[in-house]
Amino acid sequence: MITYAFLQNYWWFLIALLGGLLVFLLFVQGGNALIFLAGRDEAERQLIVNSTGRKWELTFTTLVTFGGAFFASFPLFYSTSFGGAYWVWVLILITFVLQAVSYEFQSKAGNILGKRTFRIFLTLNGCLAPLLIGTAVGTFFTGSAFIVDKGAVGDIAAPVISRWANNWHGLEAVANPFNVEFGVMVLLLTISLGALYLINNIDDDKLAAQLRRSLLISFPLFLVAFVAVVAQIVTMDGFAVDAAGEVFMQEGKYLNNLVEMPAVLTLFLAGAVLVVVGIAATLLRKGFRRGIWLAGPGTVFAVMALFMVVGYNNTAYYPSTADLASSLTLANSSSSEFTLRTMAVVSLMIPFVVAYIAYFWRQMDRKSLTSEELEKGEKY
Amino acid sequence: MVETALVDWSRLQFALTAGYHWLFVPLTLGLAVIMATMETIYVATGDEFWKRTTKFWMKLFAINFAVGIATGIILEFEFGTNWSNYSWFVGDIFGAPLAIEGIFAFFIEATFFAVMFFGWERVSKRFHLASTWLTGIGAALSAVWILIANSWMQHPVGMEFNPDTVRHEMVDFWALVLNPVAISKFFHSVFSGWMTGSIFVIGISSWYLLKGRERRFALASIRVAAIVGIIGTIAVMFSGDSSGIHAAKYQPMKLAAAEGLEDGGTRAPFSIVPGVEIPGMLSALATHDIDGYVPGINDILDGYTTPDGEYHPSAEEKMARGKLALEAFSDYRELKDSDPAAAAEARATLDQNIEYFGYGYIESRDELVPPVPLIYWAFRVMVGLGGFLLMLMFFVLWAERRRRIENMRWLLWVALLSIPLVYIAGQAGWIVAEVGRQPWTIEGLLPVKAAVSSVSVAAVKTTFWLFVAIFTLFLAIEIRILFKAIKHGPNVDND
Repeated sequence: MITYAFLQNYWWFLIALLGGLLVFLLFVQGGNALIFLAGRDEAERQLIVNSTGRKWELTFTTLVTFGGAFFASFPLFYSTSFGGAYWVWVLILITFVLQAVSYEFQSKAGNILGKRTFRIFLTLNGCLAPLLIGTAVGTFFTGSAFIVDKGAVGDIAAPVISRWANNWHGLEAVANPFNVEFGVMVLLLTISLGALYLINNIDDDKLAAQLRRSLLISFPLFLVAFVAVVAQIVTMDGFAVDAAGEVFMQEGKYLNNLVEMPAVLTLFLAGAVLVVVGIAATLLRKGFRRGIWLAGPGTVFAVMALFMVVGYNNTAYYPSTADLASSLTLANSSSSEFTLRTMAVVSLMIPFVVAYIAYFWRQMDRKSLTSEELEKGEKY
Repeated sequence: MVETALVDWSRLQFALTAGYHWLFVPLTLGLAVIMATMETIYVATGDEFWKRTTKFWMKLFAINFAVGIATGIILEFEFGTNWSNYSWFVGDIFGAPLAIEGIFAFFIEATFFAVMFFGWERVSKRFHLASTWLTGIGAALSAVWILIANSWMQHPVGMEFNPDTVRHEMVDFWALVLNPVAISKFFHSVFSGWMTGSIFVIGISSWYLLKGRERRFALASIRVAAIVGIIGTIAVMFSGDSSGIHAAKYQPMKLAAAEGLEDGGTRAPFSIVPGVEIPGMLSALATHDIDGYVPGINDILDGYTTPDGEYHPSAEEKMARGKLALEAFSDYRELKDSDPAAAAEARATLDQNIEYFGYGYIESRDELVPPVPLIYWAFRVMVGLGGFLLMLMFFVLWAERRRRIENMRWLLWVALLSIPLVYIAGQAGWIVAEVGRQPWTIEGLLPVKAAVSSVSVAAVKTTFWLFVAIFTLFLAIEIRILFKAIKHGPNVDND
């Protein structure tokens, strides 16, 4: 029986899936963070830019689709968070805007700002986007300061449904160390994924050695951040929802969620293990280039599990610290049953879309990228 | 009180983003068809000349494509950042096409763009050709969904207001998709992209001919582009005609403002420019009947009855009923738990007046009139340029077929100088569509002042100027790179 509640959960599953895919695909950003760190000379930097440059639109499109899907399924999040945490989202968007033009412009004659500036834009997006997105997702655990009053629509003078409770409009998220740690963790993960992707995608021994060396730094740091973040998640109080829809603070809520939802726990552990194995195997075995195909799916699983921890099992996924009752839950922020049902039919196309993307990915990447190809063929 | 300055700056920011976005998108839509046609000729004939020709236009396509994407992402998220109330109030309907756009269209564009651009040596010839077409089809499909969303704002259909959730909820998905306004708007916008692509290609090719360079390439490009452009422009004319009919039916104020028609009636005249009128022409255009009734601005404000007896209330009456609806809404919310009987009564009042809900926020009848001179002139610029460009395309095609074009240097100059004109026409069109909808975000349901996010004016001003700086810089860079690439010429595949 497909009930309204089932549809809300199903759509949260899709949001989790898109979120997971997005963080995986942020390997593009991670790779760009390494343009100047791992790429020692022009040839190497050009290889990195062209390697991530053949995938960046997928990441970008996944971000846009993630936004669109969130809008369609949980519009109250869209209106509350984007309109409220204004500065965070605007900053994230600006870094993506800079990125979008930089590939095409960087090596073209007449680009005014010069190659180096555009590569700095790519690096900037590579570092800031994962950091800021991670910090924003951190607030799913720690809460944000906003007030939702749907009845305000009847107030002619001030018909404002969602109102941010401070003038920082999202920037205040950095005042909470957990959010920042979450952001740093995502950044270090994406940098590691970026290195794995580049090792897999580019055929260049010298560059591969430098990328492996970068993993020696990013991986241990990621592990530290990961352990710190997970330790806090399993010990912190969480935002729980009772049967009447009232939100209250519950001790060890997120740990409870993991325990009470063994499938989610398994998904999370499987994801974490795959990420660690993917990176460790790359570091330990010299000729091993397929780390991204372990750590990538691992990232998808782990991120999905985290979304499920904040959304499922009577939890408020976007809690308000200013007014607990304003916190967003799957039930109070979703679209109507009709819309969710209609969109559920649309979502049946997603496997088909994923399949053709995977097919063309394979077609395009059968041969690894080399400097020779860049000399002869099309390039950024 | 929602500050006027906040509403104005938020509108300005959205207009800026949309306006810039529409500088890049039409070329994507049109050039995609032109270069896919060229590649088809290459695959059919095996002539390497056509491959080089395709690749040159593809290079210009790619330079332009990126900026379109960059401005597009801002546009999507601005619904949330700057129109937060809107996002909840109608998100149940509006979010769906945006999500579908991502799932169905953007991934096609993203996937096949990469194959098209980098796949020349990696996939087979036919496969590559399919990718080029699919990139264009993906672009057109993106247009389908965003225009369905936009058309819903012009003519909302397929929804019901739910006072418990405080939003309009979708009840009929197909009404949304098959909205007549959406169908005309799709063809009008996409085919105007064909016009843009065509004039762009003809103009640049003309420059090569003026310079005595790339003769074969230029003539071949002109031929393909002119044919695509003529098909596109004729389709733009027909879809424009039905857009006019829709405006008359669903947005009479927009039509009256676009015509500067103070007082309407039957046999309404069409104003070519102030003082020059064709009697009965507006009635003919708006209703396809020379005796058709077209209300003017004053008629709409004062209320009118059409000859077939349909009554349209005055502004004051609508505002009063809107206030009733808003009060009933608040009463219903207050009473629904304590006094079900009174709540049911409030609900009934709300339902009776829901049609005018948005008018409850309107304080004076003047607010209901969009800025007439801007729309009036934008409309004339759009139609005038469209007609001129169609004639130009026919003339260019004729001159090319007669092998005379190279000797008609004035024509080549006119073609080159027409490139900015096609962009002006496109911008003017969106001004008519969007400014003409004012004061509404969603026609009749939600005025802009009740749709805006609660952020400070200073914040919106800051992001506005930030976007001005970024977009303008990108536009300048794009134009400069295009100039360099064009100067460099099509003979070289890489640089």
